[in-house]
Amino acid sequence: MSASPTMQGSFTPADEAAVRRAISSTSRPPAPGPLSAALTFGWRGMLKVKHVPEQLLDVTITPVMFVLMFTYLFGGAIAGSTGEYLDYILPGILVMSVLFTTVYSGVALNTDLTKGVVDRFRSLPIWRPAPLLGSLLGDSVRYLISGTVIILLGVVLGYRPDAGVVGVLAALALVVVFAFGLSWVFTTLGLVLRSPNAVMNAGFMGIFPLTFLSNVFVDPETLPSALEAFVRVNPISILATASRGLMEGNAEGGDIAVVLAVAVALTAVFAPMTTRRYRRG
Amino acid sequence: MTTTSSLAIEATGLVKSFDQTRAVDGVDLAVRRGSVYGVLGPNGAGKTTTIRMLATLIRPDAGTARVLGHDIVQEAHAVRALVSLTGQLASVDEDLTGRENLILLGRLLGLGRPAAKARATELLEAFGLAEAAGRLVKQYSGGMRRRLDIAASIVVTPELMFLDEPTTGLDPRSRNQVWDIIRALVAEGTTILLCTQYLEEADQLADGIAVIDDGRVIAEGTPGQLKASVGTGALHVRLLDPGQRTAAEQVLARELGTVTLPADPAALSVSCAEADRGAEAIAVLARSGVRIADFALGQPSLDEVFLALTGHPAEAGPGEPTAAVEEEEVV
Ligand SMILES: Nc1ncnc2c1ncn2[C@@H]1O[C@H](COP(=O)(O)OP(=O)(O)O)[C@@H](O)[C@H]1O
Ligand SMILES: [Mg+2]
Repeated sequence: MSASPTMQGSFTPADEAAVRRAISSTSRPPAPGPLSAALTFGWRGMLKVKHVPEQLLDVTITPVMFVLMFTYLFGGAIAGSTGEYLDYILPGILVMSVLFTTVYSGVALNTDLTKGVVDRFRSLPIWRPAPLLGSLLGDSVRYLISGTVIILLGVVLGYRPDAGVVGVLAALALVVVFAFGLSWVFTTLGLVLRSPNAVMNAGFMGIFPLTFLSNVFVDPETLPSALEAFVRVNPISILATASRGLMEGNAEGGDIAVVLAVAVALTAVFAPMTTRRYRRG
Repeated sequence: MTTTSSLAIEATGLVKSFDQTRAVDGVDLAVRRGSVYGVLGPNGAGKTTTIRMLATLIRPDAGTARVLGHDIVQEAHAVRALVSLTGQLASVDEDLTGRENLILLGRLLGLGRPAAKARATELLEAFGLAEAAGRLVKQYSGGMRRRLDIAASIVVTPELMFLDEPTTGLDPRSRNQVWDIIRALVAEGTTILLCTQYLEEADQLADGIAVIDDGRVIAEGTPGQLKASVGTGALHVRLLDPGQRTAAEQVLARELGTVTLPADPAALSVSCAEADRGAEAIAVLARSGVRIADFALGQPSLDEVFLALTGHPAEAGPGEPTAAVEEEEVV
């Protein structure tokens, strides 16, 4: 082997022997199963929470500010007292906080795509949907974190839901399941649009108005009738209502069923769309 | 292996279009096992698209290819199990540390957790990245990133490696380090398909070269054959005063034929088979009042090969202003 005369620094000709040893020393293990591959991608998502906590912070700070602002500025006017309004708004903001986080699933996928990481994953002998499914599993942990932050904030501010810990956990689980379904919409967007920023803008352009035109902040009874009709059928309203119900111990089975059905429908439509696009590259 | 063919890659008539662009327009390749095969062409020639088809990332619109005996469309999964790809963009995760990147790949390739960790340590040390192992990749220099990228490609040693412009954008020292790694890989028997825009890189590393332009292979052979096909030699002249280049070009064109103008504004090259005719041309040039800094008679460079083949310089994209050269068919 001819070592180049200009070589210097930390990488010396001696390392070339090490490179050769490193190359010759492996035999190929059997490829991992689908679940194992997906979980490895989930682990990658966790590492990102650790290394880039800003991303989670960005989407959590807005809802935190909303809780504080709405409760103390408008709470009295809207619901008569800040305490009562907190009971109303907290489950709603939980929904908002988690759904905002879903946009980042699309942003992250688009980032992988534009940085060339996806090419490497797609050249591996693994179950093809593993990177997508694994990332969303990892993202679900993000959803849990951002939901937990809101709930803890509520407790600090004096929120004491009637259904206790069990009710809160049930609501959190329902919101995360819905978010999992919704995030497939954003991964599809992440594969279609050109840049991470475009995904972010398009994502929030959709999720922001949908959240405001729901019953997250106000009871739709006070709204003009056309708007009220929309707010009532908006799945985000139904999710917020179901979450309130679970936390207060008076949830209606119908609402929960609708939320789960929408989550399944979103997954059924957008998961195959994402997978197909991802496969094609 | 499932095949005894001595060819690692056999591609026939590969075609891939994007909208109106025919990115790859009928590429044939035959790459021997254990060799380094260079695919040389300017930006936009279709190198990356060719590699992406062979690495099973995209499907060809037409044509077929077998990689290590497996059809790239019908047996894509089998191909993936034997090759690795180092893409044009250093395809490592910037938000992870170098060590985490390698462990991730190890796990995805089927290593257990302890084995993946041990392998990461071994590779980080071999590639001079041990100190930076715990740092996020976004803080790495271009050379470190590229070394990590190549290390990620050999977490499990592949039989064939696709390397897409591995030294583009690197400083000369980092480039030499990458070249040494490539040489070490070859010494261990790995077959390499190397895409590059740098003639010197192909000349240094490759056993065989396909020159591609506008999605087509326009010439194929060893570096020596390609040089020989353009002519037996060339006269290279450097002037003291770049302002005299036009005058010098006229004299040399009259004496020897078509002159090529390299990037250096004081330099000229002209193909020249016989030494005494070259000496005569230099004498005429000196008498005409052109001041010569130095001259040399030698083999044509791959730059000149490319210019002769395509009518435009290799480093610039198509459509750049070109020096006058005749089109020559090779191979
Ligand atoms: N995904 C794509 N969509 C549209 N055009 C593309 C795409 N990929 C490559 N091209 C076009 O195909 C041609 C060849 O590109 P490429 O294979 O990247 O060339 P090279 O790697 O030799 O620079 C270029 O004109 C490029 O713009
Ligand atoms: Mg390219």
